[in-house]
Amino acid sequence: MTLLLDPTGERETVGVPRRARPESLAGLTVGILDISKVRGDVFLEQVATLLEERDINVKRYCKPTAGRTAPKDIEQAIVEEVDVLVEGLAD
Amino acid sequence: MQEDGLVAIVKRDCPTCIMVTPVLQEILQCSALKIYTQDDPGFPEGIEGVIDDTSLDASYRLDVEIVPTLVRFKNGVEVDRTYGWDREAWGKIVGADDLGTNLPDFKPGCGALNQEPDHLAELRIRYSDTPMTSRLVPLGAKEDPIEACFERGWSDGLPVVPPTEERVLAMLEGTTREASEVLGLMPSNLDTCTVEKVAINAVMAGCRPEYLPVVLTAIEAVMDKDFCLHGVLATTRFVGPVVIVNGSIAQQIGMNCKGNALGQGNRANATIGRAVQLAVRNIGGGKPQGVDRATLGNPGKLGYCFCEDEEGSAWEPLTVDRGLPSGTNAVTVFAGYGLQGITDNRARTPEELVQTFVTCLLAVENIHMFPGPDCVLVVCPEHENTLMEGGWDKARLHAEIMARLQVPAEAVMRGEHGMAEGVEPEMAGKTLSKLVPEGLMIVRAGASAGKFSGIIAGWTAGSPELSRPVTKEIKI
Repeated sequence: MTLLLDPTGERETVGVPRRARPESLAGLTVGILDISKVRGDVFLEQVATLLEERDINVKRYCKPTAGRTAPKDIEQAIVEEVDVLVEGLAD
Repeated sequence: MQEDGLVAIVKRDCPTCIMVTPVLQEILQCSALKIYTQDDPGFPEGIEGVIDDTSLDASYRLDVEIVPTLVRFKNGVEVDRTYGWDREAWGKIVGADDLGTNLPDFKPGCGALNQEPDHLAELRIRYSDTPMTSRLVPLGAKEDPIEACFERGWSDGLPVVPPTEERVLAMLEGTTREASEVLGLMPSNLDTCTVEKVAINAVMAGCRPEYLPVVLTAIEAVMDKDFCLHGVLATTRFVGPVVIVNGSIAQQIGMNCKGNALGQGNRANATIGRAVQLAVRNIGGGKPQGVDRATLGNPGKLGYCFCEDEEGSAWEPLTVDRGLPSGTNAVTVFAGYGLQGITDNRARTPEELVQTFVTCLLAVENIHMFPGPDCVLVVCPEHENTLMEGGWDKARLHAEIMARLQVPAEAVMRGEHGMAEGVEPEMAGKTLSKLVPEGLMIVRAGASAGKFSGIIAGWTAGSPELSRPVTKEIKI
């Protein structure tokens, strides 16, 4: 029988199920995460403005660069402070 | 437990073993003696009860190095051993001082079969006496190993060499580093990257064991936080790790820095770069259309590795520019892609040639992109000659290029040349540089004929937040 050595990291990635979408944003805090992609700030600021016009509480966050993963303090703040997050991923 | 008495290990393919056959018969007259034969169950002739050890199991368990070997066991423990023919030593073990009186006093033996590399590797695996701890994946009897690697998602799209225990054990002989040594956490999964895991991927890439130190160093370099491997994978841009090797190790392992240095045809160039990419894929999880979000990618993402032509160049090597002593064996990794050719058959002075270099650098990605991505300029020998004959060394070339990469913002502004891309109107009145101050590395490679240099463009303009080139000394 041929045996091969596993070239992978041999660690199963734990899938975290996505939280269910809320029926309504009423009473929730929406986070806006700008990852510093070109013109992401323009798009996301319009989203934030539209939400605020509907009396929805908005908190804004910004990654220092799109090239690296978010600093832990930003990740932690988002987890603690918002119910829903809008993130701009692409140009 | 080994029975008390004498044990002899012999092989037919050993003149000393043949010579001592009468001695073995003498011993059998007076002592308990087990004789194991390594290569021919019919040898030694004329002796009953010779034990077939063509499997080499007994020889391996006894750690025989030379045949003939004579061992005495007492109470299940080895108490004496000799090898080759040495009348005095044999007599002491047997308890007789008149053995082989018609033989010379001494005759050296031969290497034991179980010590030959192929046999030794097989025996170490049979007895689980290897440093490898990775999961063993059993294949079905009818399963093609190469196809099995494809099906398990281990391939970069080309067939890989199946990483059997024999091959990985041989690969690990290429380094003095322990198989269990942890090199770091490989992005994006941040799984533990050990020397063993890299060796497995190096086997799959087609590396020879002597390439492994280069691969290991390149892996350490791409895992350095300055290289920002997660970002290099996740970007929609073109880049992957470009591996540049310096120092005498490049020639020792047969790398190509001459004709077609950036092309196909050299095993070391082709497989070292491939091993890096396979490790990133398999250990780090950096798979295309997964974490790797490249819009187009580039063919160099199958592997992009070459070495600098240090012997053929009058310039200091890249390692010196990177702060290491000249002659250091080192790897530099750069997040780059492809090759933008630079053709200049007419320049006869450095001043003419540098204008061509600068014009091509200004065009990288988009003539309106300021700053552009970091670049590696690969200068061919004929172009280096033109520069050297004009009295320019590499430092002068670097300074002259950087000085000429300055343009007024108005020339590259959005809307110029009918293009929407460009610098913002707020930059009006400023002078812009195509490259940031640390954004240009220069290396020398290529065939002696041809006035064709090239640009390997990078990811973005270098900054501490994004990818920076990383240079590391190679540990053998």
